[in-house]
Parts: sequence; C-alpha cells; structure tokens
Amino acid sequence: MPGLSGRMSTVIKAKISKLLDRAEDPAETLEYSYQKQIELLQNVKKGIADVVTSKKRLQLQEQNLQQQLVKLDTQARQALAAGNEELARTALERKNGAQAELQSLDGQVAELEKQQEQMTQSEQRLRTKIEQFRSKKEVIKAQYSAAEAQVRISEAATGVGEEMADVGLAMQRALDKTENMKARADAVGELEASGTFQDLTALGPGEDDIDRQLRELSSTSQVDSELEKMKAELASGSTPSGELGAGTPADAQQGAKQPEEQAQ
Amino acid sequence: MIVRIATEGQFELDEGNAQELRELDQKAVDQCAAGDEEVFRATFAQMLALIRSHGRQLAEDHLVPSDVILPPPDVSFQEARGGFSGEGLIPD
Repeated sequence: MPGLSGRMSTVIKAKISKLLDRAEDPAETLEYSYQKQIELLQNVKKGIADVVTSKKRLQLQEQNLQQQLVKLDTQARQALAAGNEELARTALERKNGAQAELQSLDGQVAELEKQQEQMTQSEQRLRTKIEQFRSKKEVIKAQYSAAEAQVRISEAATGVGEEMADVGLAMQRALDKTENMKARADAVGELEASGTFQDLTALGPGEDDIDRQLRELSSTSQVDSELEKMKAELASGSTPSGELGAGTPADAQQGAKQPEEQAQ
Repeated sequence: MIVRIATEGQFELDEGNAQELRELDQKAVDQCAAGDEEVFRATFAQMLALIRSHGRQLAEDHLVPSDVILPPPDVSFQEARGGFSGEGLIPD
C-alpha cells in the first residue's frame, strides 16, 4: 500500500504481528495478547501520572516566576521614585526576562494539559477495547470450531493490537514532549537558582551594587517631577526588552533576606 | 474503508471520500519527497479534515483492524519524510 498512511500502516502492522507471533496456538495467542493489553494499560496509567507530575512542577515554577515579577516591578518603581533610571532599567530587564519565561511556561503547561487529556482518552479507549476483547474471547472459545476460532481471534487480536500500538504511540509522543519540557524546566530552575529572576534586594551579607544603591536611594526619594517624566518614558515602552539579566552570584543568593522596608 | 488517525481513533469513510483520501495521500508523499514542508502540511491538514468531517467515528468497543493508518496529527516533517521507525509503538 503506497502513500503516507500506507507506510504508517506497515509500521503498526509489523508491530502487531510481532506481538501475535509470540504465541503459536489460538488460545495462547488470546491469553498472551490479553496479558500484554493489561500491561500496556498499566504503562499508560504510569505515563499519565508522569505527565501530571511534570505539569505540576511547571505550574510551581510559574508561581515562583509570578512572585518575582511582582517583586521586580516594585523594585523598578522604587528605583524610579528614587530617580535612578539605570537601576529601574536593570530591574525591568530582569522582569522582561522572567516574563518571557513565564509565557513560555504557559505554553508548555497548556501542551501538557493537552497530552494528559489525550492520554486519558486513549486509556479509556484501550480499556473499553480490552473489555470487549475479554468477552469476545470467551464467546469465540465457546461457539466456534477451532479453524474458525483462529480467524476470529486473529481479527479481534489485531483490532486490539492496533489500539495498543496507537496508545503506545500516543504515550511515547507525550513522554518525549514531557522530557523536553523537563530539560527546559531544569534550565529555568538553574536561572532562578543563580538569581537571574530573583529579588534584587533580597541579598544577604554579600549583597551586590544594585542592592546597596537601592537602599541608599530609598531614603532620599524627593524626585517627584523627575518621577513623572520617567514614568511617562517607561509607559511609552522605551525600556529595552529581551535578554535576561546577568544574574547575581549564586552564593550571595544563599543567604537571602527579606528586602528592607523602604522609606517613602 | 476504516481509517485510523494515529493517536486519535478509528473512522469509517464511504468510498467517495476514501478515494479522495488516497489522492491526497499520494500528493502528501510527493510533497514530502520534494521537501516542501509548507505544502505538505496543508495537504496533511486537508486529509485530517476530510476524515474528521466526513468519517463516522467508530464506537470504542468496535474491534476491527483499520485499512489504513494515518500518522499522528502532530507528525514532524522529518518523520513524514523518513517514514516511521516504529520503535516504541508496542512495549516489547
């Protein structure tokens, strides 16, 4: 059979006959096939659990990023209020970076949601087919002559086998995607750990320049007219976007403290 | 004709639609061979739309083999071009 669908059919049918060829007599084929079906159903359940775990992990990261967005935004405003545009810009750059990550995570969570739904449907389909197969095999055993039974068994087993191949394929694709996302999530996790998205002032004894400047400036916030001007600049979108911030030293991050209260 | 969209389920197509599907299928293969991903994607989408809109979805408890099996809707161009390795389809 030529064509795209022909090639796909060939691959799946080869898999099915490999599965069915394991057993020699019809009764054995039935039992072997049934056993494999149950195994696959268990695998699908595990696969779904795996997808759910990955999704939860990404959602947790989303929450973290969201908190950091709020912090960085507040800090940008504080810096602006204190008249330090450069510092505000740095905070906003980091915020932009975190925002881009958040958007990307949103897409991934949606994708995993889709995978989960598809696998759940696949599991349901396979479960129904297995039920059907189980009752059919009893009927076949009871009602047909050996020769006829063989034909019917083969047909039923192929029908289920195809569903198995299909579920296996759906699962493989879902897990491949999940793996890719895990790698991505790990990368984001590392960025977070290195302080790239972290609170600019939440630094311990090894605080960096930005943190020190912020604290210095926060006490001398008498820059009302300047603030209005800068706010207007920021509102018109003159803040550069894109690149992630350079990050702060990871060791400094370890001793993180709450930001100091800002003087108004 | 019984058609399966891999990862999606089985559909029954009448002969007229089946013929149309075969033609699209051949077109898709030619476009793959020519390396024209965009055109291939459009044809493949047409195939899926044809099956989904004109096919009758088979009941879940129907135990019949398909006449043809279409690749999964999210098939990559590489997979479509190079055929399918078939690895991992059924647990060994």
